Amino acid sequence: MDDLKSGSNLEKVLKAGHFALTGECGPPKGANIAHLKEKFAHLKGMVDAVNLTDNQTAVVRLSSWAASAVMVQEGLEPNFQMVCRDRNRLAIQSDILGVYALGVRNMLCLSGDHQKFGNHPAAKNVYDIDSMQLISLVKKMRDEGKFMNDDAIDVPPRLFVGAAANPFAEPFDFRVYRMAKKIAAGADFIQTQCIYNMDRFRTFMKQAVDMGLTEKCHILAGVTPMKTVGMANYMSKSVPGMEVPESLIKRLKGAEKGKVAEEGIKFCLEQIEEFKTMKGIAGVHLMAIEWEHRVPEIAERAGLLPRPVIA
Amino acid sequence: MIVADRKSLSEIQDMVKNCRKILLVGCKGCVTVCNVGGLKEVQILAATLRIAAKMADRPLIVEETVLERQCDPEYVAILKPVVDNYDAVVSMACGVGPQFLAEAYPSQRFFPAVNTTFFGGAVAHGIWEERCAGCGTCVIHHFDGMCPVARCSKSLLNGPCGGSDHGKCEISKNINCIWDMIVRKKVELGRLDDLLNIIPAKNWQTARDGGPRQSRREELIQNG
Amino acid sequence: MSDVFEPTIIAFCCKYCAYAAADLAGSMRLSYPPNIKISQVPCTGRVDIVHLLKAIEDGTDGVYVAGCMEGDCHFVSGNLKARKRVEYVKKTLTELGIEPERVEMFNLSSAMGPRFAEIAIDMTDRIRKLGPSPVRRQPAAEAATE
Repeated sequence: MDDLKSGSNLEKVLKAGHFALTGECGPPKGANIAHLKEKFAHLKGMVDAVNLTDNQTAVVRLSSWAASAVMVQEGLEPNFQMVCRDRNRLAIQSDILGVYALGVRNMLCLSGDHQKFGNHPAAKNVYDIDSMQLISLVKKMRDEGKFMNDDAIDVPPRLFVGAAANPFAEPFDFRVYRMAKKIAAGADFIQTQCIYNMDRFRTFMKQAVDMGLTEKCHILAGVTPMKTVGMANYMSKSVPGMEVPESLIKRLKGAEKGKVAEEGIKFCLEQIEEFKTMKGIAGVHLMAIEWEHRVPEIAERAGLLPRPVIA
Repeated sequence: MIVADRKSLSEIQDMVKNCRKILLVGCKGCVTVCNVGGLKEVQILAATLRIAAKMADRPLIVEETVLERQCDPEYVAILKPVVDNYDAVVSMACGVGPQFLAEAYPSQRFFPAVNTTFFGGAVAHGIWEERCAGCGTCVIHHFDGMCPVARCSKSLLNGPCGGSDHGKCEISKNINCIWDMIVRKKVELGRLDDLLNIIPAKNWQTARDGGPRQSRREELIQNG
Repeated sequence: MSDVFEPTIIAFCCKYCAYAAADLAGSMRLSYPPNIKISQVPCTGRVDIVHLLKAIEDGTDGVYVAGCMEGDCHFVSGNLKARKRVEYVKKTLTELGIEPERVEMFNLSSAMGPRFAEIAIDMTDRIRKLGPSPVRRQPAAEAATE
């Protein structure tokens, strides 16, 4: 296939018009590659690409780039995540070249949670550039073959550039604009924060479609199956930018004992079913962190298997 | 003004634990305005140290004075006749003060009684907030008079990050999300489209990142 | 020399309420301990942290600030400021290892002669139980009083 930006599996799947499915994996709090490979094994063949978080919530874990490199060796496709919190522009550009050299072809550009949330709050703040500038940077490196300072790059990194969007964050009026800005900066695909309030999300997507954004960029709707009522309550109250409708919490509470997780999965499957036909949605990003072993079942029940294999 | 907070009593006591006679020097500049190192605060700290010394049956003489500023050599020079009369001198000025004093009087020991924190102003009596990061390239006019470099926890130039909660920064309810404020102002002005322009990466060279800074005014410098 | 400890207590009293109440207590021939040394101020807002600390530094066993009822301060909010300063001094005393109860804030109106006497009696009692101020230990001074 011509004019592929990166040649990544995710790009090919989306470009061919298939409904994409991506997963997510958190690297270990140590160098426990064995356990990491086990998690990968659950996801192999079940999703088009797997996100590898980057010191998520500012908790130190095995680096995303290293986990991505291991994943490439294991025959899966990583979606390398990079946050702006921990690196300056030198390290950023250096790591981008590094991951490309190690076989990574997708990259998600994020600001990153402030280190105050994490387990090393005394660390120095970097945030040399923000996620918007990072998106522009990767695009420049790939399409112009230039570093940020305009020096030429000896074999430019050809990465499929992703960004995150949160339709539920404040101020609400601005969220579509922010996504538009990321797309204008060069985002090839967007993965949204996990969705529970479908009404609000439908409104968001309508705006995005009206603004013509969905023609320029592939938008993947984020879903996370609720495992317990406690999880639903926690996410509703303690996670900023997260909206969990009361109706969902009631539904989970109403489930039979021991069947709450099943109810959560059912809701998730209903969402996926709607996303398949929702205008502007190119796929689903399934974040089943520490629940990777359930991904094959969810993918199967959602009718998303087998995943397309494109030459 | 430069804002500071007084160090804990125990930390200050530890600094002067081997001294029998000390001088507390306040400053009539910023630290007076933010009520941490002016004459009154010098008197309070002096009385506190003397009480502690009396209770420990330890002789300690604490003398008190205040300078117009501690960041100008002319005022620092005023201490010359007395500075050597003490075992140590404790400055209640911002971090600049004790350094100027130390440089002027290399044979004396100087201790900082305050922790200098930020450039800010009073939002209410007794409450000061950071407003400026001293980045060296002021761009507040691009944000309708607000500075995201200093006031966004992540210094985003293309915010918001989406973590704010009812207008408060995700890291603390005491911090207003400046991007929330910037967006609301743009909405009010009907200029939300302004924010669609991607602001390029900041040149941090004019900030402290570029090394300790100097400001030279050739028209004022007097050479022999 | 008596073995019973007689505390020295300073009372900063605002002219418009507390001092007037003291006057009234006097007119009513109410008894209160002579340990209380009254210092009149135009408003308790005049009393600063330094004044309270100096009293303690000089070996006073107890010190209190008596002002108008909250909401009725003759100068609007001087008594509120005084309360905050008393709180600050209590915290400092705690840090120094001195009982914070040695410093106190009271509110009363000019008509409350009996309340003035009651405060004086209560505070003297309180300080007597706490004993001499730990700052008072002045070996040279004690030798002089022997």
